[in-house]
Amino acid sequence: MSGTRQDITQPKLGVVGYLRWGWRQLTSMRTALFLLLLLAIGAVPGSVFPQRSLDPARTADWIARHETTGPWLDKLGAFEVYASPWFSAIYLLLFISLIGCIVPRTSVHWKALRSKPPRAPKRLVRLEAHADGEVEGNADEIREAATAVLRRRRFRVASHDELSVSAEKGYLKETGNLVFHTALVTLIIGVAVGHLWGWKADIVVPSGDSFVSTVTRYDTFAPGPLVDESSLSPFAIEVEEMTADFNDREPSAATFGQPRDFEAHVKVVEEDGNAFTDSVKVNHPLEMKGATVFLLGNGYAPVVTVKDEDGEVLYQGATPFLAQDGNYRSTGAIKVGAASPEQFGFLGLFLPTAYIDPDQGPISVFPDTRSPALAMSMYTGELYPDGRPQSVFTLDTASMTKVETTDGKDALRLWLTPGEGATLPDGKGTITFDGVERFAGFSVRHDPGKGLTLWSALAALAGLITTLTIKRRRVFVRLVQEGESVRVDVGGMSKDDDEGLLEIVQEIRDELVGQSRTS
Amino acid sequence: MTNEILAQNANYALASAALVITVAMLCYALYLAQSVPVREQTTADAKVPATVGGGGSEPDAGGVTGDVVAETPARARKAAGIAGSLSWLGAALLLLSCVFRGLAVQRFPLGNLFEFSIAGAFFAMVVYCVATLRRDVRWLGVFVTAFVTLLLMVASTAWYVEADELVPSLKSYWLPIHVTVATLSVGIFVVGAIVSALYLMSDRGVGGERFWRKLPEAKSLEKFSYSLHIIGFPLWTFTLIAGAIWAREAWGSYWNWDPKEVWTFVIWTVYAAYLHARATKNTSRRTANWIAIAGFACIVINYTVVNFYFIGQHSYAQ
Ligand code: HEM
Repeated sequence: MSGTRQDITQPKLGVVGYLRWGWRQLTSMRTALFLLLLLAIGAVPGSVFPQRSLDPARTADWIARHETTGPWLDKLGAFEVYASPWFSAIYLLLFISLIGCIVPRTSVHWKALRSKPPRAPKRLVRLEAHADGEVEGNADEIREAATAVLRRRRFRVASHDELSVSAEKGYLKETGNLVFHTALVTLIIGVAVGHLWGWKADIVVPSGDSFVSTVTRYDTFAPGPLVDESSLSPFAIEVEEMTADFNDREPSAATFGQPRDFEAHVKVVEEDGNAFTDSVKVNHPLEMKGATVFLLGNGYAPVVTVKDEDGEVLYQGATPFLAQDGNYRSTGAIKVGAASPEQFGFLGLFLPTAYIDPDQGPISVFPDTRSPALAMSMYTGELYPDGRPQSVFTLDTASMTKVETTDGKDALRLWLTPGEGATLPDGKGTITFDGVERFAGFSVRHDPGKGLTLWSALAALAGLITTLTIKRRRVFVRLVQEGESVRVDVGGMSKDDDEGLLEIVQEIRDELVGQSRTS
Repeated sequence: MTNEILAQNANYALASAALVITVAMLCYALYLAQSVPVREQTTADAKVPATVGGGGSEPDAGGVTGDVVAETPARARKAAGIAGSLSWLGAALLLLSCVFRGLAVQRFPLGNLFEFSIAGAFFAMVVYCVATLRRDVRWLGVFVTAFVTLLLMVASTAWYVEADELVPSLKSYWLPIHVTVATLSVGIFVVGAIVSALYLMSDRGVGGERFWRKLPEAKSLEKFSYSLHIIGFPLWTFTLIAGAIWAREAWGSYWNWDPKEVWTFVIWTVYAAYLHARATKNTSRRTANWIAIAGFACIVINYTVVNFYFIGQHSYAQ
């Protein structure tokens, strides 16, 4: 009978029991170990497969090339490992486990910090380190001496009876350990804050141009979910000059033509009107209030002027072209939206040091502007069909037609050097290639969590060093009065591998035996 | 500007180092072959002074292997002595090679796998040599020098690259800090992994008891390995942090999940798991040491496979 009763009542207790059991499992060291290893393994696919967040083009290409496995892997999150549900599950469980571990340990440690070292065991010979000796004198004296010796060695000392002394030190070890684990939690909080309230934006700015930090002015703007887009600090940056230095000294070296340095000389006006000049370099970002400006790209922006038949300017300015190789063979698009009745545009190739290779056609043979040339073909039609946004570097030619030479025999090809101009067919006016500017590619980022992350990382490191170098040691002294002399037993124990423990125990014994001899 | 003569000298220093370390390896091998298996008797003796009273504190001067000292034949001792001196010389020559290379390319000489290997070999030798100052680790010499010889051979054949300059994203003072500490910790992990492997084999007496009795007991090997790892791990933690700081300056974001970053993180996590496993009561020491070996395997993957095959922002390291 009682058996069936138990069966009925068990499930109720079971739920709580299971939860408690589950929690204990989750916060056990074994689970933490398992999850740590799982996290390591889980991170690996992200280095094997291309990641969408880093390189969307290569990812799409990879999936296209692997028709069968590609889509499957995509479903499993192989191309977005660090945002995938399973990766998130691993680190979330790990951090729940971590918190579930820190909290009780902190309270245990807090109590330990305020309590006395425990009573000395009966037989110190059994401890992992032991030494003994004999001194003349009485037990009280020796006990006081032992207390003094241990205090001098920075032990916390207590006597639970007349004939023994208990001492402990190295509490900082556990403190360091808790600091380390807690800092891991705050580090993750810092990362999360950066994700939620941070934003990043990119912008291409030719020499002589400027921009104001507002959402609409940026070429791309990627805000975290909780960013208030109107709260950006509207500082203005003008690129006074963009300089680049390439290795041109040893044409035979493998590094010939490789970049040595890039520098954007900028004039900054802060939100409050405070103006100053500075420079932005690779490895040397510009720290602004509320954002940091990084120089991540550079290239050429040919300056062209397009006029209509009457000499009215339709388009004028430096248009950034995107470098395709180390010698800055660059492609770009010039979109003359102001033209009427029909819009037109140019797809162009800019070559800083132009050379017509018999096999490859027009290429650039050096990254600096030694003999620049601009090659273009022309398209008429609608520039922005359906008002779709498009990259500044390309022309969507889907609803455009390629312009032919006046005799209709071939597609129109323009080849201009600086200062040169050309007349466009069908009375569309003229185009002149006025010169070249360099542009600076800035990445502007705001990460409100970075300070917390950095300080947490440093705290974790400090905690780690503390916990790994400090040893938690207990030393006990027992005294036995044997007539005129006292037998001194010193024993030591440690939670850790403690090669130095025996030495310390022996030193303490020596000090006691030596001291009381002289006294 | 690359100075050809200095670059030449760097290669000469490297070749001399390889030669010297190879001879050191042979001497260490001779030492191990000739040192008689004496552990049993001496460990029994060694216990005596611990509990005997009086001022005689002779605290285990040899550290892990304090026990083998006396009975080693003179010839073996001599071989080990020569090997020890040659190890220092080899380390110095490796340093010289790094310095020459740095002067030749006028930058910090840690910009590609070849240079990492030379510096890693240097640090592994230094770690070993410094360890010899603190305890008797002559038994370890042959293993470390063999590994270093192998590494130098592969580096100077398969991974060799001409002295060259660097692309601008590498020009930062965080570079020397980040990569020096990374290479130093790799040097420590190399020695740690060797000792862990020896422990795992010794523990099982792989290939015959006799040989393992020339080495310290399995338990002390394990402790020695741990003491190396707890130096290496904080240094690797620092590497990770310095790398993140550098990444932010160079690429605008402190963490990009670039393959090299992923593997630095994976290595860190695996070694953290090792320390955890070692502190977990119901996980065996063998398991913990297997995790340490796995950590080292990740380092090897990081420096070889990741450098050559995975595309990322670090791929200039090829
Ligand atoms: C984010 C994941 C974690 C990392 C990277 C990590 C890392 C470490 C490291 C490196 C140590 C060695 C330091 C030392 O020996 O004192 C350690 C020790 C320790 N960890 Fe963790 N840990 C993590 C999560 C956890 C969790 C979830 C728990 C709770 C179950 C935990 C409990 C402990 C304990 C109790 C020690 C001390 C062991 C001892 O020395 O007796 N850790 N941890």
